[in-house]
Amino acid sequence: MRLEYFQLIDRIIDLNLNDLTIRVEANVPAESTIFEGHFPGRPLMPGVLLVEAMAQASGWLIIGRTGFQKMPFLAALKEVKLRTFVTPGQSLEVTAKILHEGSGFALTEAEIRADGKKVCNAEITFRVVDFPDGDFRANMNDVARRIAFPLESVPHG
Amino acid sequence: MPSTFETVANIISETCDIPRDTITAESHAIDDLGIDSLDFLDIAFAIDKAFGIKLPLEQWTQVVNDGKATTEQYFVLKNLCARIDDLVAAKAK
Repeated sequence: MRLEYFQLIDRIIDLNLNDLTIRVEANVPAESTIFEGHFPGRPLMPGVLLVEAMAQASGWLIIGRTGFQKMPFLAALKEVKLRTFVTPGQSLEVTAKILHEGSGFALTEAEIRADGKKVCNAEITFRVVDFPDGDFRANMNDVARRIAFPLESVPHG
Repeated sequence: MPSTFETVANIISETCDIPRDTITAESHAIDDLGIDSLDFLDIAFAIDKAFGIKLPLEQWTQVVNDGKATTEQYFVLKNLCARIDDLVAAKAK
């Protein structure tokens, strides 16, 4: 993770476009300027960034389902539960499953586990739209390579 | 078995916390009931699930944006229900 750059996914472990699931690795850094303020003397991974990690994992799953043709944008959150603290240096596993693929939107359920224990979960709604422009898509391609997105498993990747 | 309109009206009422008795077949989901696009995603999800279809929202939006149809043709509830019935019938073929 590079929290300051919203790079919350380190590696895609498994992307299953038949089961509509994804599993990713996300390692909380030992140090970050974010921890200087959140909180002084007691650094904690901000809950909103845990939500963002679940959204990003879900997002890559949706991108995979669209054959890298569409971009999901976070639209709504339901049933968000932040169950326990996450601290610097912890290794997280984020999983997500698509609950519904609508026309121009998608719903997922996602969760994060640390040492096998669930630390948070949520139901997430995305608007799914065309990539805003070629540069945006090229950037997403770069990110995909960095996090080992299995482009070979995507029909039109 | 409830009618398509009854099902849709109940979905709208429960999803958007709109009193059921204010929702009529002539209601425009956007102009009369004040449903915004984000709330409509929840409604679309519930309709998709209830009827086993996929409302073609992207196509409808494109048609309206192109000036080839009005929002009334899709979002007045009696018209929305007619389109749902068409989608259900098409799926059954």
